[in-house]
Amino acid sequence: MTDAPAPVGPAVRTSQTAMQARLKKRHRAEMWFKAQGLMAITIAMIFLVVLVGRIVGQGYTTFQTHTLSVPVYLNPERIDAADLEGVNYDFIVAEAMMKKLGVVDDEFGLTSGKVMDLTSRDLGFQLLNQLKADKSLIGKTVTVTGPFKADADLYYKGQIKRSTPQDDRKLDDQQLDWLDQLKKDGSVKSGFNFAFFTNSDSTEPEQAGVLGAVVGSAMMLLITALIAVPVGVMAAVYLEEFAPKNRWTDIIEVNINNLAAVPSIVYGLLGLALFINWLNVPRSSPLVGGLVLALMALPTVIIATRSALKAVPPSIREAALGVGASKTQTVFHHVLPLAMPGVMTGAILSLAHALGETAPLLMIGMVSFVPGVPEGLTGAATVLPVQVFIWENASERAFHERTAGAIIVLLVFMIIMNAAAVILRRRFERRW
Amino acid sequence: MPPASPDDSVSAPVIRTAAPQAQPPIGEIKIRAKDVNVFYGDKQALFDVNIDIAAKSVTAFIGPSGCGKSTFLRCINRMNDTIPTAKVSGSIEIDGNDVNLKSVDPVVLRSRVGMVFQKPNPFPKTIFENVAYGPRIHGLATGKAELEAIVESSLKKAGLWNEVADRLHQPGTGLSGGQQQRLVIARAIAVGPEVILMDEPCSALDPIATAKIEELIDELRSQFCIVIVTHSMAQAARVSQRTAFFHLGKLVEAGTTEEMFTNPRDTRTQDYITGRFG
Repeated sequence: MTDAPAPVGPAVRTSQTAMQARLKKRHRAEMWFKAQGLMAITIAMIFLVVLVGRIVGQGYTTFQTHTLSVPVYLNPERIDAADLEGVNYDFIVAEAMMKKLGVVDDEFGLTSGKVMDLTSRDLGFQLLNQLKADKSLIGKTVTVTGPFKADADLYYKGQIKRSTPQDDRKLDDQQLDWLDQLKKDGSVKSGFNFAFFTNSDSTEPEQAGVLGAVVGSAMMLLITALIAVPVGVMAAVYLEEFAPKNRWTDIIEVNINNLAAVPSIVYGLLGLALFINWLNVPRSSPLVGGLVLALMALPTVIIATRSALKAVPPSIREAALGVGASKTQTVFHHVLPLAMPGVMTGAILSLAHALGETAPLLMIGMVSFVPGVPEGLTGAATVLPVQVFIWENASERAFHERTAGAIIVLLVFMIIMNAAAVILRRRFERRW
Repeated sequence: MPPASPDDSVSAPVIRTAAPQAQPPIGEIKIRAKDVNVFYGDKQALFDVNIDIAAKSVTAFIGPSGCGKSTFLRCINRMNDTIPTAKVSGSIEIDGNDVNLKSVDPVVLRSRVGMVFQKPNPFPKTIFENVAYGPRIHGLATGKAELEAIVESSLKKAGLWNEVADRLHQPGTGLSGGQQQRLVIARAIAVGPEVILMDEPCSALDPIATAKIEELIDELRSQFCIVIVTHSMAQAARVSQRTAFFHLGKLVEAGTTEEMFTNPRDTRTQDYITGRFG
């Protein structure tokens, strides 16, 4: 290396005015770029606000409900103590309601039918359960408290309006009068809809809840996490730290990147063929759902882990090797712990993605009506996004607010997971 | 550096070349390299390096960037193993045992040949854990007390004990650059090596921290064979007893530091140490 004497400073000075004009242009370009950035963020924020606002606006009424308290005379003439299951409790409730409303049934039973349309069948079940526990209640009067039918609830919430022509709404004027009367005499209470969180799916909207779907989602996610995270992290560690760099590892790497881009429904088909038809895993179960989603999450976990491992400075590896640590010790004592925040974030984000996945689950039979909490990892189950899908397709009007309500529950679930990702990242983060 | 004038090259009347083997006698030999060639893929980085390195003294490797001095240093503890494309031939013997034999476990080798890097690279753990890590993985201490004793004596040897004794359980990354480099030296000492390799240990440090490290190197030479790669000829002159000059992948000349700086046998060495190039 020999130094040649270099001329110092520019030979010709740019004219002052040209330079200033250029400077002005540069400032303008900078301002324009900043304005564009602000616009982009504003547009994104507007979309977010509209989206969340619409969901919350449609769904918040799900969390409110109206309950009715009514004293019921358990008429011994109508109740056969030997055959409690065979009694028409709905009619007994309707009788009690008619007494309360001061109307009498007509010969065709039309009035009692209309009254029955107002209250949930849950009241009748309560009577049955009370009688099963204590037969001596026959002949006495008990007070039961339970939900209205969804349409009556919607009237109280103002979603069914009296101004709508009678033929266009589910409840006729007489029924609305009765509801007003009940509200006036104080037997109607409005409160938080706990049933939405303690019940599972039901054909009756007022009794439908998300518990089964939440439990199903949690079980499925557990399976996904137990498979995708350890397998993905180990695969990434091997590929990044131990595997020789040759044609085979190149092919594997390209394929992993491609798998991350495969449409999720294809994983559903794969799961159907592999797990259900070949391995005979029970369909519609959290187990098979978790397996399919684990396959789907694997490439993402591997890619995130590899990039986290790549970000660990080589000086740390050299330091460990320099004091005589073996390759494995270097990786597990130093590199992987330093990569942990990135690994955690990647894993949780891919799990959050799996939580919201619907399409592959449709292929493995999860789109079925499951009126209860899954009995286990191999029992029939439904999950939150599929529950949203099912309710969205339901014709009853009250399911619409429940669709939005389930979406809110799903979003809260995801926010909790993402918050966990942030917290874990903070806890594991180390300076070097 | 003054620009080379045409007169200078003419004024050097004789081109002298030192025979690579002709090295002045040294005392006890710790490391003996024979015909070391290193390839990175197709590119040859070292050509037939033959050198003897003395025990219990400091040997400095000098030379312009890319001359292969760091590459040779990394051959001594087989750090080049971690580069998949690197291929080393020839033999490097420590106390007569070739380190390149398949039967030599690099893990054991590196416990005997410690290394200090250009940038201080303490683990993102406590000061204590940094020093205790080596003894722990090699099983050098049988109990907690013994481990603590190793940590203390290593930190004392590295001249860091007085500064960190009251904060052993604080992160090592919180120390200053010079302290971090001495911590790294303590970490290397803790394993009980015979040779310590230093790859430009002061290039990331300020002059005061550099002076402390140089002082430390001078103290350590009574116990270890130290090989230091440096860009600074002044540093080589200050800390080393012997110097080797590398140029374009070849070992040009090796000898006592005094002789190298006062009476180099090769014109290239002379040109380099007088600042004609590099």
